[in-house]
Order: sequence, then C-alpha cells, then structure tokens
Amino acid sequence: MTNLWMDIKHADVITVMGGNAAEAHPCGFKWVVEAKAHNNAKLIVVDPRFTRTASVADLYCPIRQGTDIAFLSGVAKYLLDNDKLQHRYVSAYTNAGYVVREGYDFQDGLFTGYDADKRDYDKTTWDYEIGPDGYAVVDETMQHPRCVMQLLKKHVSIYTPEMVEKICGSPKETFLKVCELMATTAAPERTMASLYALGWTHHSKGSQNIRSMCVVQTLLGNIGMLGGGMQALRGHSNIQGLTDIGLMSNLIPGYLNIPVEKEPDYASYIAKRQFKPLRPGQTSYWQNYNKFFVSFQKAMWGDKATKENDWAYDYLPKLDVPTYDVLRGFELAKQGKMTGYVIQGFNPLMSFPNRAKMTEAFSKMKFIVVMDPLKTETARFWENHGEYNDVDPTKIQTEVFELPTTLFVEEEGSLSNSSRWLQWHWQAQDAPGECRSDIEIMSEIFLRIRNAYKKDGGAFPDAIVNLKWDYAIAESPTPTELARELNGYTVAPTPDLNGTIIPAGKQVDGFAQLKDDGTTACGCWIYSGCYTEKGNTMARRDNTDPGDRGIAPNWAFAWPANRRVLYNRASCDPEGRPWSEKKKLIEWNGKQWIGFDVPDYGVTVAPDKGVGPFILNQEGVARLWTRGLMRDGPFPTHYEPFESPVANLAFPRIKGAPASRIFKDDLADLGDAKDFPYAATSYRLTEHFHGWTKHARINAILQPEAFVEISEELAKEKGIAKGSWVRVWSKRGSLKAKALVTKRIKPLICDGKPVHVVGIPQHWGFMGLTKKGWHPNSLTPVVGDANTETPEFKAWLVNIEPTTPPSDAVA
Amino acid sequence: MADYSSLDIRQRSASTETPPEIRRQVEVAKLIDVSKCIGCKACQSACEEWNDLRDDIGVNTGTYQNPHDLTPKSWTLMRFTEYENPETNNLEWLIRKDGCMHCTEPGCLKACPSPGAIVQYSNGIVDFIEENCIGCGYCVKGCPFNIPRISQTDHKAYKCTLCSDRVAVGQAPACAKACPTGSIMFGTKQAMIEQAETRVEDLKSRGFAHAGLYDPAGVGGTHVMYVLHHADQPSLYAGLPNDPKISPLVAFWKGGAKVFGLAAMGFAAVAGFFHYVTAGPNEVVPEEEEEAVEYDEAKRRETGDEARPH
Repeated sequence: MTNLWMDIKHADVITVMGGNAAEAHPCGFKWVVEAKAHNNAKLIVVDPRFTRTASVADLYCPIRQGTDIAFLSGVAKYLLDNDKLQHRYVSAYTNAGYVVREGYDFQDGLFTGYDADKRDYDKTTWDYEIGPDGYAVVDETMQHPRCVMQLLKKHVSIYTPEMVEKICGSPKETFLKVCELMATTAAPERTMASLYALGWTHHSKGSQNIRSMCVVQTLLGNIGMLGGGMQALRGHSNIQGLTDIGLMSNLIPGYLNIPVEKEPDYASYIAKRQFKPLRPGQTSYWQNYNKFFVSFQKAMWGDKATKENDWAYDYLPKLDVPTYDVLRGFELAKQGKMTGYVIQGFNPLMSFPNRAKMTEAFSKMKFIVVMDPLKTETARFWENHGEYNDVDPTKIQTEVFELPTTLFVEEEGSLSNSSRWLQWHWQAQDAPGECRSDIEIMSEIFLRIRNAYKKDGGAFPDAIVNLKWDYAIAESPTPTELARELNGYTVAPTPDLNGTIIPAGKQVDGFAQLKDDGTTACGCWIYSGCYTEKGNTMARRDNTDPGDRGIAPNWAFAWPANRRVLYNRASCDPEGRPWSEKKKLIEWNGKQWIGFDVPDYGVTVAPDKGVGPFILNQEGVARLWTRGLMRDGPFPTHYEPFESPVANLAFPRIKGAPASRIFKDDLADLGDAKDFPYAATSYRLTEHFHGWTKHARINAILQPEAFVEISEELAKEKGIAKGSWVRVWSKRGSLKAKALVTKRIKPLICDGKPVHVVGIPQHWGFMGLTKKGWHPNSLTPVVGDANTETPEFKAWLVNIEPTTPPSDAVA
Repeated sequence: MADYSSLDIRQRSASTETPPEIRRQVEVAKLIDVSKCIGCKACQSACEEWNDLRDDIGVNTGTYQNPHDLTPKSWTLMRFTEYENPETNNLEWLIRKDGCMHCTEPGCLKACPSPGAIVQYSNGIVDFIEENCIGCGYCVKGCPFNIPRISQTDHKAYKCTLCSDRVAVGQAPACAKACPTGSIMFGTKQAMIEQAETRVEDLKSRGFAHAGLYDPAGVGGTHVMYVLHHADQPSLYAGLPNDPKISPLVAFWKGGAKVFGLAAMGFAAVAGFFHYVTAGPNEVVPEEEEEAVEYDEAKRRETGDEARPH
C-alpha cells in the first residue's frame, strides 16, 4: 500500500478492481464501510462476478477477466478528453512534460525494439531525451510531440468507450458512469483509493494492470494524498514481509538486487544502481544504494566483509537467468535438473499452475522437505487419494521429509501487513508435539551444512563457513536477535548526520545513519528503525491519532522511517500548502515540514528548491511513462490472456502478452476457444484462508465442499442443475465440483458475442476436514507476468459438462 | 431451574405468578444493518465459538448458505438472496443474518406449555431454559419467524440467546463483537433506533427510497432489528415476514381463553403430570397438528402474510 488500511476512511471514491476486498480482506474492508458511512464515499466495483464487495457497492460494472488495461486506458482517455485532470499536480509532479528520445514508436501492439524469438525488447528507445546539460529534456507546456503527455494521449486514443465495451464486455453506459465518478476526484480536495489484490497480479501482464491504474491515479492527483493511493491488499498476514525481506530469487532484503553474471565485481554492480538524478537538484534517494548494500553485507558476513574483498561481493550468487521463479523451478524439476526442494510454509502442489506438471516434477525429485504446521497435499503428493489424487505410489521414489513447525500463535515475532506496519506479536500457546519454529529448523540445517563444509571443504565454502552467526544460542536465534539485526547497528564508531559519534555496538535510529565504509551493519535497510536503542518499536501499541488522520504514529512501526503515507509531499501544492485543509498530512511552516505524518521529503528542504515529491525516482516525479523499467513496455497496453475466448481486438496479430516468458511444453499445453470456449477464473472465499482452514472445523462447516459458479444462461445451455455435479476441464486437467448457478455471473457481450465466465474457488484439496475436492490449479496454464512471473491464475479457458459424483461423494 | 428468583425475569412461560417489579433493566437490541453486511459469516463462526457448538460438516447444495438452515447447533445463519430490482435493473445480493428476533411479545413464550422453559428478561432478551423444555415443539409453531429448532439428540428446543450470558456481564453478543464491518451493532434499543435513523438517511441518499428499520409492531417490536434497503418488502430478504404476528391459535390460547384457561389450569397441571409420568413427554396428535396448521395458514392468507419462511 502507498497508504494504509485506516486511511481508506478518508476516500471520497473507492474503486475495488482486481480484487474482492470484502471477500478476501473482510477485516480491512471495515474502512471502506467506514468511508461510506461517515465520509459519504461512493464504492465502485469492477469485476467479472458480482462479488460480496459488489453487494455493498454503489456502482458495479462487469468486466471480462484479463481486460483491465483496456478498461483503465479507457478511463485515462476519458480523463484526458474531458480535461478531468489535477492540472497542477500533473504538470509539477509527473513526467508528463518529459520528452522521449527520437526513435520510439508503437505499432500494431508492439513497442520499438521487439525481438520475437527472445520474446523481449531492446529498450534503448524508451528513454528520455537527454539535453546538453546531462539532464532529461522537459517541455513544461506538454506540447512537444514526443513528450509523455502527447505520447500518452496517442497511446490511449484507441480505447474509446465503444472499444472498451467490445473488449471488456462492460456496458458503455456503466463504463461511463465509472469514468464520471472517478473523474470527480480530479478536484484537489477529493480523492480516490484504488484497492486491488491478486485479481490484477495473477495475469501475464499483472504489473501493467497495476500500472494502468497508477496512470489514472496520477492524472487525478491521488497519489500521496490522504484517502488516495494505490492500495495493494496482501493475501497473507506477512506476504508484505516476504517481499520486503527479499524472498525472491532475484532480490536481497530491502528490494536490493541479487547480482547477475554480467556483474562480476562490486564496481560493475553498484555502477548500475546508484542512480544519478535526471533533473537538477533531485534527491534520487537510490544514490544511497551502496550504504544499504554494504551494511547488508556486514550483517551477513561481519568481519569477513571488508573493503578489500569488495564487502564479500563474491559470496553472493550471480544469476545466470533473470529469475529462478517457481515456474522456472518446476520446469527444471520436470527436466530432472532441480532435484531437491525445501518447502517452507506453502503448498505448491495446490498453489502453482498445472497440477499434472507439478506432480510429474515432484515425482522426479530426489527429495523434498516440507516445513509446515499442517498436513499439506504437497507432502502427500505421492499418496493415492482416489480420483482426487490418482497417483501410483509404487512409481514414485521421491523421499519426503515432513518437519512440523509452529504456527504464528505459537511463537513471537513480527508480521508485516499491507500497511507496511511491522507489528510484533507474542506467543499465545505452546506448539503441540514435536513442532519447532522455522528459525530453529533452518538454524539446525545451516549448522549441519556448515559443519559439513568445515570438515570436508568444497568448491567454495567461504560464503557458508564465514556467515556471521553469533546468536546467544546458535541452534535457536531469538526473534529479538534477528529483529535487532534487521534494524542495523554500528560495527565501529561512526558519525551520525550531525557529526556526533555513535559508539560501536549501538542500534541505529534509522537508515539515514547507514554507511558504505563498513562501520554499520543492517539486515534490511527499509526495516531500519524497527528496533533502536529505545527498544522494539514494532511492539508499540499507542493508538493515539492526532487529527483523526488514521496515522497513529506510535502504533507499531511502519517502513520506511515510520512513514504511514508514501509520497506525502505530494499532498501539498508546489508552494508547500496542503491541497486541501481537510486532507492535510504535512505542510511547510516556513522553516520545515511539519504535520501528522513523517514527511517523505527532506525535512528542511524548502518548497522553492524545486525538489520533486517522488524522492526515490531519478526524476523526482511520478512516472506516467516508465522508461525501460518494465520489461513489457513504457505504457500499459491491452493484451489478451494467453488463453482467451476472443482475439485481441485492438491488435489482432498479437497472441498473449508479447514479452511474457513461456516454456515450450507449456506453450503446447495451451488450449483454444474452439475446444475450451469458456473464460475461467479462480479466487478465494471469505469462509476460508487458502488451504489452511479446511483443517479447521468451523471453517469446514461454513464452506464444506468445492463448487464452481456459472450463470443461469450457461447452466441452461448445458443442462446443469443447481447443486448438481459438473466436470470442468482445460487442456491440462479436469476436476469435478458442485454447480452453483447464479445471477451474479452474467454472460459478457464482447464484440457482439457472449462470453461465459466459469468461476472456480480455490480452497479444497485431498487433505483436511472439508469434503475432498480439487484445486483450480489442476487446470491453470503455466505462464507468468512479464516482470514478476506471477502465474496467470485469473484468466484461462475451460469446458464444462454435467457429470456423475466422485465415487466417495455424497450425491 | 429458572424461576422468578431472578429479579430480571419479566415473563415466564406457562406461569401465572406476578414477576418481580423492583428492578428494571434498560431494553437492549441488536441492530443488523443489512446494507453494511458482506456475508462473511464471522457471526456464524463467533456464535459457534462462544456457545461451543459444532454443527456437522455438510455439503454444498449450489448456494453460499452453509449450513443450509438453522439447526439446534447453528443458531444464526446468513441467508443469501439474489434479487434483480425491476426499478433499477440492478442486481442486488441481499444477505440477511437470520436468527431469533427476541420479540417483545414472544410467540414462542406464549405458546410454550412448560413452566419456565422460556423466559423473557426485562432487558428484552428471550431465553430458552433447556432444563425445563419438554420438547413439545409448540415454540416452533408459536414463532412467526420460524426460528427454534428441536434437537433430535436430546429433544429440547434451541435458538439464539442474544448471548444473554455475555450481555448479563456488560458484553455485546459474540456475533456483534466479531462482525468486521460493524454491520451488527448492539446497545440500548433506543440507541439502536437512533443509529438506524442515520443509516436509513444515508441509504435514501444513495437511491434506496424505501430504506427503513424493521422493528415489526405485530410482535410488539423486536430486540433484533434490521436496517433494510427495501423496508417496504421485507420478504425479499429470504422470506423475512412482511407483518409478523403471533399465530392466532397461540393468541387465542393465551388471550380470550385465558380466563377459562386459568380455571382449567389446575386440573390440566395435575392431569398433565399424570400424563407425563405415565405416557412421557407431550406429543401433538397429528390431526390436531394438521388442524392447527390449516387454521394458521387460513389466518395468514387473510392477513396477506405469505412470506413465512420454511
């Protein structure tokens, strides 16, 4: 989230699109209800299904899954055509006036530089024109034919309301009502909050779905504002923490990068990341990258990371491919190239696409280790469960280690939520049986591996034997010890910002004190401030909220620097006055920035210095145009899902998303609309939390059995009765479930033809207390987003027919 | 045994003694704002948790509604209705939390032949005292909302207690505590009525011209009330009665016949006792039952109330 949960109550318009907040985030959704009840907010829901969120919406607009970019580009066009922009915001705080270098073009759905064989772009032409002063050229009038504003107008020009209706199946009148309501927030005192979740990310162009709303929100001046923002609603209580702490194959903590092969030494690595300002006087905060990186290396390898050895740069792995994401991982396993897998707290047999491929991959591995508090399907992938898991155990030789772990209530520690809050929690009860914490299990594994390397040596044992491991009990580091390490500390005496020397061995106050000279260590720079000399700020529980802003600065700790609303400098006009007194977050008092939140800006930097509010960006402004930072284009573009019931109406020659990676076998495993005419999507239900709560009795009572949702029209066409058994199948697999026939799913009319949606909730499997069932991932295709490789779970093709119950089922 | 030893009891089934008058509690109410409800079933979950009940794990019958009906172990239930509004052409997903309404004039209590099996406290809560229940099912017939359920295990009647145990110590009912959107509110009846007024005003401003409070006069008002977008058509909400009334049979039994009844009661009690010890719990003869139902339905048709849920 750019803002925080409580902030939603200040919104005037709330758009839930690419998510179903009432269903998947019922507790956080209270702030939407609050905004409606006490701020007279209007709630817009755009979704293929009339959801639980839609049931309390003021305006519901249907959309075919996978067409969000067409819809939102249509909104952007509406705003531009009707002059519904926050003008001063757009001219002062965005790159609308930046001139793009010559040579850039967009033809037939492709940007310049496309290489069809590599499915990738040469992004050279996507950058700004650089002037003789070394800075980006800006036309403040925004009239230059190559300036971002003009390029944007041209880029979205095809998304007329008629085109949106054809592509998305959203009725033109309803679409225009959505546009009109969103447009009201161009007024500086009105804001719109965009709430989204996996309904946007689970697509082959997931990142660009989000980008297209960023464009809308930026044109409306809603970023950095109270009650505005882009609100990514995270799906697990600590999934924010997962990305923060860098649990991706290409990241290290704090959104720093794992080096790639082309960066053989530290100099070549850091040269690409210490971004210099693209405009005079801009902050370009990533110029401090070296401080965060060196401090991370010191936290990892202590004395062994020295200036002489490039801060142990050689100890880090160097990626030979862009990412070792899960799709690549299981492709490698299928090919017999990845032979072991440690699974910590998730259930890949159910959670990853194409169950048949997953089973094949697991069956070829030598071993898997499953660390989980529950009996997961993954741990039993080899076990025959009749129709539900029809495998032959005698043919599977994979060794499976199940290590029972503690649940969150059985341990203390911190969770990072969508609001970027690090909240400490305390142990509530002891774990049953032989369960041990993930920390203890990983520590024991590490210590054994280290001993093996110490004893036997190896090709390159340094990174492992030199790892800093000075916890009081080596086998069981405490969450407090780890939190202190994440916060960072001084390794040697070092001056703070005022020149006062901080002695060695002190917790730092925040990342501003981190150094690139080896005098500080910090496990995750953005978490710096979570455990200072004053103590554990994550454990704070003071909900005092001055000004009723929903800020409550002394409740837990929010990264970065306890800042609750990111980019909050943009809540003021260029002179430093709040756009709206009612929505004041900070203001310039003539000497410094003061207010309810920690300013996202130099505290004493005067407004007339012309420093932009987006201090992390080299430009200092928000990017309507992203240069080469996204793999699949500087503007979002409508591409159909890899399996789509209709051709791409905007760019008929393009199939799928041109820059998304797809492996050969997975490409061959795609079906087409002739055999699989219906548009399927998968999602969660309120009654369950992923695959966990099917193990809990009450949840099992509340939603006991798998079902699929279809329209009355499709049910009639196929002769399917309410509550009867149906079979749903794709090119990759088949499942059975009960039919839930509903008015809440209606055929969408796309280009004059009806598209039927088949909705498949995802909570059932062959373990647990609920009735046995199938996960929709028995059917889903193996293709991911071009930037993140997040699988396309939300849009693919199936067929459906009435069927007989599974042999063990109650009719 | 619940008798008038509690100063808070205002009414007691099949009892003629004068209830104690020295203490009066303020009337409480639960207000369920259907327009804020997202149907998450946190209330159902909280109800099972607090009352330590675990219903059976069922099957899906093509609806979000689970369990499929109120049961002796499921005292509250979200009922889901898909409604296409002919005026706006909008689809509406009306989700109503069903459960005991805690009527001011409880049909169940009036119908109950077993002394002290059903009581009403002075705060308005209607409670079943299972140890006095004889499982006759008259409460089911007496209820205009079709709420009580008789357990096949112990032959006793069960329903929502409005968490009388929590309310007695100043806590809100478990469902209200658990509701994430504030759709379920709890307080004095007066405060809930005032709260409802602001909600109705908001709904009217959003185009629901017939928004209103459901606090039906036919049962003297209720201590569970709804804010409805369509207060002119309660039956849209999974058959919420448009104009609930105590069954005329029950009204007759407790009303006009009362003078006669009182005289007969002494005899009945003695006879009943002998019947109970010799023949076991009372059972309604099928013909009587049929007759009563027919009479009931005829009366219902007269009053135009066809929305009784089944």
